Amino acid sequence: MTETTKARFSRLRALAVVFIVIGLLMIVIARLRIDAAQVSILGFEKFGRQPVPSQLTVTVCGALCALTGLAALALSNARAAGASLAFSLLLVLLGLLTALAQGASIDLVGMLASSLRMSTPIALGAMAGIMCERSGVVNIGIEGMMLAAAAFGFGANLFFGNIWIGVLVAILVGGLMAALHAVLSIRFKTDQIISGTAINILAVGASGFLRRAYLVKAYFVGQTLPLIKIPLLSEIPVLGSVFFRSQPIVYTMLFLLPLLHVVLFYTPWGLRTRAVGEHPRAADTVGVNVFKTRYINVIIGGCIAGLAGAWFSLETVGSFEDVMTGGKGFIALAAMIFGNWNPIGAFLGALLFGFADALQIKLQILNVPLPYQFLGMAPYIVTMIVVAGLIGRATPPAAEGVPYEK
Amino acid sequence: MTAESREMTVQAPAAWIRLVTDLAVPVLAVFTALAIGAVVIWAAKANVVVAYRGLLEGAFGSVRNLTETLVITTPYTLAGLAVALGFRCGLFNIGVEGQFYMGALCSVFVAYAAKGLPVYVHLPLALLTGALGGAMWGAIPGFLKAKLGAHEVINTIMLNYIAVKTVDYLVKNPMLDAAATMPRTPYIQPSAMLPKLLPPYRLHAGLLIAIVAIFVVYWLLWKTTLGFEIRTVGANPDAAKYAGMSVTRNFVLAMVLSGALAGLAGTGEVLGLNHNLPAMFISGYGFDSIAIALMAKSHPFGILPAAFLWAALRNGAGLMQLRAGISIDLVNIVQALVIVFIAADEIIRWLYRIKRRKEEIREIVFTRGWGR
Repeated sequence: MTETTKARFSRLRALAVVFIVIGLLMIVIARLRIDAAQVSILGFEKFGRQPVPSQLTVTVCGALCALTGLAALALSNARAAGASLAFSLLLVLLGLLTALAQGASIDLVGMLASSLRMSTPIALGAMAGIMCERSGVVNIGIEGMMLAAAAFGFGANLFFGNIWIGVLVAILVGGLMAALHAVLSIRFKTDQIISGTAINILAVGASGFLRRAYLVKAYFVGQTLPLIKIPLLSEIPVLGSVFFRSQPIVYTMLFLLPLLHVVLFYTPWGLRTRAVGEHPRAADTVGVNVFKTRYINVIIGGCIAGLAGAWFSLETVGSFEDVMTGGKGFIALAAMIFGNWNPIGAFLGALLFGFADALQIKLQILNVPLPYQFLGMAPYIVTMIVVAGLIGRATPPAAEGVPYEK
Repeated sequence: MTAESREMTVQAPAAWIRLVTDLAVPVLAVFTALAIGAVVIWAAKANVVVAYRGLLEGAFGSVRNLTETLVITTPYTLAGLAVALGFRCGLFNIGVEGQFYMGALCSVFVAYAAKGLPVYVHLPLALLTGALGGAMWGAIPGFLKAKLGAHEVINTIMLNYIAVKTVDYLVKNPMLDAAATMPRTPYIQPSAMLPKLLPPYRLHAGLLIAIVAIFVVYWLLWKTTLGFEIRTVGANPDAAKYAGMSVTRNFVLAMVLSGALAGLAGTGEVLGLNHNLPAMFISGYGFDSIAIALMAKSHPFGILPAAFLWAALRNGAGLMQLRAGISIDLVNIVQALVIVFIAADEIIRWLYRIKRRKEEIREIVFTRGWGR
């Protein structure tokens, strides 16, 4: 067994032990803190609301979680153990929701739908990060690209009176910011972390300037992208309301996800991109243009980040506020690391963060006796845990962050 | 003339040229950024001359404005030193903002809650707690990086958000002054206040602390073994490890020291200026301090002039807005451009045809991928 697989395995083991402990804790908490007569109403949208005994459900979830944790410990196959742990995580979440919904009702399908919605900018940002980093350019400027795109996209919406032009401008502005990052880090060989930081600060300045100079003078529009129900598909139970009753940028994200996966792993362009990110010298030797590949990847990544920016101002809120991206660009990087620089994995990470976000909003509505500030910390704490807990498992592209000298 | 002394005479004028070229890049970067700022002002249909005169007068126009600039220079210097110290160890501490908050939070608690202490006990105690608060907040990402390889950039940013929310909660709940109209903590005891330097004006002794800190950081980095290790780890962690230095220990140590300086910056604001901690304690010093450290090339002696320049920009912005109707965000744009030009000094060198000295090498490298 090599050193890395050993480390990977021990990390999985440690995680399995954590889940076993959590499962046992759930059983204890259910016994001690939840009234046996208490009922949680779990909503499944139009299939009605299912009242379940809170205490029993949490106990069962806890027991199953501990069991799947044990199974992960016993399994010798790392992949199977990982799947088992994913199952434990789902059980913990279900138990958590049930415990929180005691004496109240919580719509599980609605939670899923809002998790998907909240995860959209994160997933898009992570895809932008993957494009850049797979070609060997670190991009911590995604947050700034999103922010500038959100501001200028909204500005264009006001100016042209057409929200679709707004989205287009957002995409272009994201690409433009990325082009700046590309020129700085590829042509001028600036330290990519510093260049990304400069992009972030520039975005705060430029978007704030735009808002105070022009946007506040215009009347409040509040227009957002339309909700599109896909005929027939939207009637499918559960899946229909989670996936097929959404807004355009959510659909675009769901479309880009498999597309990026295919492009990265099944096309010549993807192969070149990965080669440039892993070993640019070798790629250059066989005739791949390292600089061109990096430029194009970084700029397309920026366009995707721009779309994520449009999600804030044009799809969700319908206006622009200062620093409205609220760190989602950085959380996207954590999702990218979570997914080990793979689009599908990054999407799952984004879903986790989206869920944390949706949950804290839901809890504020449910009036859970926890200060809203602490609930609001949840996505950030989850990010830290993920980055700290999984980074040893992640293997970034080898040539990442190193400017290429011909 | 021996070979040695000839070398000396050849090198003496070189030192002057060296200083001039070292200064040329930052000066030209600021100049170019201001020139582009002028284009933005012009595009926003405002008067460039009026705007920049407003900026200048707002920063230096009177004793009051000048002392106000110095008031802002104080936290900038300490926060800039915090970032620079991290840079020297190869760490990018974007968490100065959060450490600043935690420093302010811890010091304000000691400063208002401890009663009846003499000044010479209370004031140092409050300063120390503030520095400790920042150090603690800086230790977390340092530890996570050293032990688990988690990149400090993400963790420090996350901790910024967490710090803001923690301060918001504490100031609005257990630390709230019920008598106040806006949510804030009670006023601190007079025994914990930093004295004013020129009484009618707000300039306080925090500036002296900042100046002392410059020399302390210089001494630490260049005159002690500890500093030598920190700089070696920053220059080349592999070489440092090979030489028997503990890279992980130095990562944590540098983040603790950096956090302590940032915490001290927040402490100065509370003990010298606000005398309480409002819930709306937005500083923005964290991000600006990165620019300051970059401008100073992470050298302690460069921090003060860079911090002064930044403070002047920030302080003058108000009058610029008043005179020319230009949003103060313009200063942010100029600032970002300065960072771009200093980070990518090749642009400036190319624009003004300044040659790079041969022996000049990149001293610090941050981008090593995610936690390797």
